[in-house]
Order: sequence, then structure tokens, then C-alpha cells
Amino acid sequence: MAYSDKVIDHYNNPRNVGSFDKSDADVGTGIVGAPECGDVMKLQLRINPDSRVIEDARFKTFGCGSAIASSSYVTELVKGKHIDEAMTIKNTVIVSELNLPPVKIHCSVLAEDAIKAAIGDWKKHHEDGEPAAAEQRKAQEG
Amino acid sequence: MPKLPIYMDNHATTPVDQRVLEAMLPYFSEKFGNAASRNHSFGWEAEEAVDRARGQIAQLIKAKSKEIIFTSGATESDNLAIKGVVEFYKEKGDHIVTCVTEHKAVLDSCRALERAGKATVTYLPVDKYGMVDPDAVRKAITDRTVLVTIMYANNEVGTIHPVAEIGRIARERGAVFHCDAVQAAGKIPVDVDRDHIDLLSISAHKIYGPKGVGALYVRSKGPRVRITPQMDGGGHERGMRSGTLNVTGIVGLGKACEVAASEMAEENRRLLDLRDKLQAGIFERLDEVSLNGHPTERLPGNLNVSFAYVEGESLLMGLHDIAVSSGSACTSATLEPSYVIRALGVSDELAHSSIRFGLGRFNTEAEVDFVTDRVTHEVKRLREMSPLYEMARDGIDLKSVQWKAE
Ligand SMILES: Cc1ncc(COP(=O)(O)O)c(C=O)c1O
Ligand code: FES
Repeated sequence: MAYSDKVIDHYNNPRNVGSFDKSDADVGTGIVGAPECGDVMKLQLRINPDSRVIEDARFKTFGCGSAIASSSYVTELVKGKHIDEAMTIKNTVIVSELNLPPVKIHCSVLAEDAIKAAIGDWKKHHEDGEPAAAEQRKAQEG
Repeated sequence: MPKLPIYMDNHATTPVDQRVLEAMLPYFSEKFGNAASRNHSFGWEAEEAVDRARGQIAQLIKAKSKEIIFTSGATESDNLAIKGVVEFYKEKGDHIVTCVTEHKAVLDSCRALERAGKATVTYLPVDKYGMVDPDAVRKAITDRTVLVTIMYANNEVGTIHPVAEIGRIARERGAVFHCDAVQAAGKIPVDVDRDHIDLLSISAHKIYGPKGVGALYVRSKGPRVRITPQMDGGGHERGMRSGTLNVTGIVGLGKACEVAASEMAEENRRLLDLRDKLQAGIFERLDEVSLNGHPTERLPGNLNVSFAYVEGESLLMGLHDIAVSSGSACTSATLEPSYVIRALGVSDELAHSSIRFGLGRFNTEAEVDFVTDRVTHEVKRLREMSPLYEMARDGIDLKSVQWKAE
């Protein structure tokens, strides 16, 4: 199968590869997929607790070239967005930006899920009544 | 630097050898006769060429010329052998013994017979190297077994089965032994008498011949083996396979066998050196790589490795100027990782990470060096991008993680 130029570009020059400190309270971490299925995506978002804007993003992906490109693109896409807006990002945006063929749609779904998982993780520290707990943990680990 | 792209997928297909091409050329427009035309020189010329090819093929596998039946390729040979035996010997029994790592042409022929209620099938497991235990074959054979079908060497991991022993057991128990020797004939010494083979499939395009032509060896004596034809028509090939013979293709298959037979020993030494160099280079320069297949009982040109924490298709993408293949689900239409690699007991994760290198007649040492460098570089790069590599380095046991798969 031939890859689109955009997939190749993201694969060759992936944006924002790396990791943030998982225990940082401002960081939401989403890990989706499973190694037995051949795809695991880790997306981390640094979210400003006051403005709730995504200030930075990092990813690491085990998966095909389209999965790597999808997660790389997503790190660019979410930066500067409010988390409410980021929660509405649909995989179809990724599909059309990267020209993914039908067999690669699930790679984009995974990237959409990763955004939701990362924001969900951040919210756990900031909304479910226990922001303090996260702060405390951070202090201990720091 | 070698010329790019590099072809290292010689289990999938091979380029036509120049000598083979030259042998074929006159038979397109100059000597175009139908080998079945018995009453003019055009037909005789074609028939003569076909007979010469029969001899060349027979010599490669130590058979007799008249025991060679031409087909459209090994898929047809496998179908004809399996369905033909089951149908012919239906009064005697209906049981087949095969193994889980066979090619789809064999497995799906067996399944079709099962579905049609014409046979029951035992699918033997393989050990961690991909090898069938002859003792398991012995135990699986019953009074109703009419056919044992086990391949000579596997097309993904290269493991060479103990064929002579399996053949002896089948012969003792009165079952017909069919062997898919597509990856072995022309690569390693095959001898239908020594190996007690009754039916044997070969394909031209795996041995530097053209695509779309193959042959089935059918034993004529000690014992004579019978098959029911699977195609009705003009009764060519002694009634076993109707259809005007593909004379050009057959000439190519014959020549390919002749070249393979005369150069096998030298070619094997050369391929083994290249393969061992590739293997050693990869294993020295990368950690957490594992070999899929038998360490020694393996086709000389085969190297199948899993690169832990790196998904196979993404690695293929990084190796865009090198043609190899992967057992990863992402490269398959079914989104399932290779059933062959899984049958060795390799985890799904490592099956997704497998790459098959298939070295052949035209690969060079410079290409092996280049591939070693590129593979090492890409695997390291992709591992830096892999969340699994990071977790493993942090001491997290990946098996203990609760994955949120869809
Ligand atoms: C072991 C084995 N059997 C059968 C086949 C099918 O051969 P053909 O392409 O000639 O139909 C192949 C080739 O893919 C093979 O590797
Ligand atoms: S991760 Fe398997 S197809 Fe994309």
C-alpha cells in the first residue's frame, strides 16, 4: 500500500515525540491500545489548570506508520485548544488530514481515544474532587 | 553503496534468471505450437520442449519424466494433490494429517474438504522452532488416513521438516504422502525416493522461473499413486490435468530447475554466508531481537526475526528502499498477525514485530551490509518512539499492564 505524503512526513519527522513526567499534576496521560493488537499509543498533554488550555503535548506510539502519523498529527492539533474543544476532535479530521485509507481508520480512532484518555486522566486530578491529592503526590515525589 | 531498492523477499517470488528468460523467448512467437498438436512440426517442436522440461524437473527431484504433471502453479498443485487423493481413495478412508503452519493452498484445500463433508483433518502442532514431530504424525495416522500432507520447508520461518522420516511413516501405514516443496525444491536437495514422497508440488516463480506455472510429481511405481482430476477437458497430462500446456512457462520451469540443480551446492554456501552475516550483524548490534524458526534446520536464504517493541509495518515503512515482509497484522488484510509465527508459541506482540528477510541468488554482500545498517538504525529510532520500549526500560512488566484495547 502506498502511503500519503503527509503520513510519510509525520513518520520521518514525527512532531513532539517524548514523555512528560507522569506524576506532574498538570499532565494528563492517555495510554490506549494493546501490544497483542499491534498498537499502543501514549499521549501526554500539559494542561493549564486555570485556563484549561492544552499548552504542550508529547507522544510515543507502537504501531504502523499511520498510527505514528496519527498521534504525531494529534500533538500538533490539540496544542492551544481548550480541553472542551479537544474533547470534540473526531477521528475523521485525522483521516482527511492524513489521507488514510479505510484499513487504517482504526489507527485514527486510536488517536482520538488517546486524546480523550489523556484529558480524562488530567480531569481525575482536577475535577473529581481531589486536585489536592494530586498536588500532594507531586510534592512527595518531587 | 548498493543499487536501491534492494530486493530481499525471495520467499515471495524471485526474478526470472536471464538464462531462463533466454530459453523461453523462442517459444512465444517463433516456436509457438500447441504441444498437443500431434500432426505437424509446430506441435512436435512444442512437445519436444515440454518433454525436455519434464526431464529437467524430474532430475532435480530424482523422479522419472513421466511422473511430472504441469499445472498453473503450486496453489493448483496442492489443490489437485489433496482433493485428487481424497476423492480417488474415498472407499479406503477419509482422514488427512497435516500441520498448522502449512501454506494456505494446503490448509484451505483441507478445510474445503472438511466443509464438504468429504474428509476429517488432523492439524498437527509444531514445536517452538516450527518443526513437526514425526512421532506425532505416526500417532495421528489411523486406519482411515488416506493422506499425509506436510511441507518440505516453511515459507515464513524457513524451518525444514524431517520429511524423510515422515514419508517413511506414511509409507509404512499405507497413507499417500504429499509434500509442498515450493520453498525447498531447487534450494536444498530433494529426493522423492529417499524422502518417500508420493506427490510433490513445485512452483517456477520461487526458483527464478516465471509466475503462473508449476508442477505436481505423481509417483508411478512403488506404490503407484492415483488422483482424481479436478478439471474437466481435453485429457492432457495423462488425464490428470486438462488444459493446453503453457509451453513458454514450462520451458522456463525446466530451465530454472536445471540451473538450480547444477548450482545448488555453491549457491547454498554463498547464501548461508550472507544469511549468517546478516543474522550476526543484527544480533550483535541490537538487543532484544529473537529468531523465529529453527536455528540450524532452516533454508539457507531465510532469516525471520522479531524486534521487540517495534511494530513490523512501521519498520517496513522505515526500510522503504528494502523489500522484505512482516508477520504483523497491520500488513495483512485480515488484521491478524501471522498464523505461522503464532504457531511457534511466539506472543502476538512479537508476531507483530517480525520481519522476514529472504535472501536469493542475486543478493550481494554489499546489500547485506546496507540492510544491516538500515535495520539497526530504524529499529533504534522506532524504539525511541515506542511506549513499550520506555515501559520495559522503566522495569514495567508489560504482561502485568491492564491494556485498554478497543
Ligand atoms: C509453501 C508454498 N506453497 C504454495 C505456494 C503457492 O505457489 P503459487 O504462487 O505458485 O501458487 C507458495 C507461494 O506463495 C508457497 O510458499
Ligand atoms: S496500528 Fe495496526 S494498522 Fe495501524
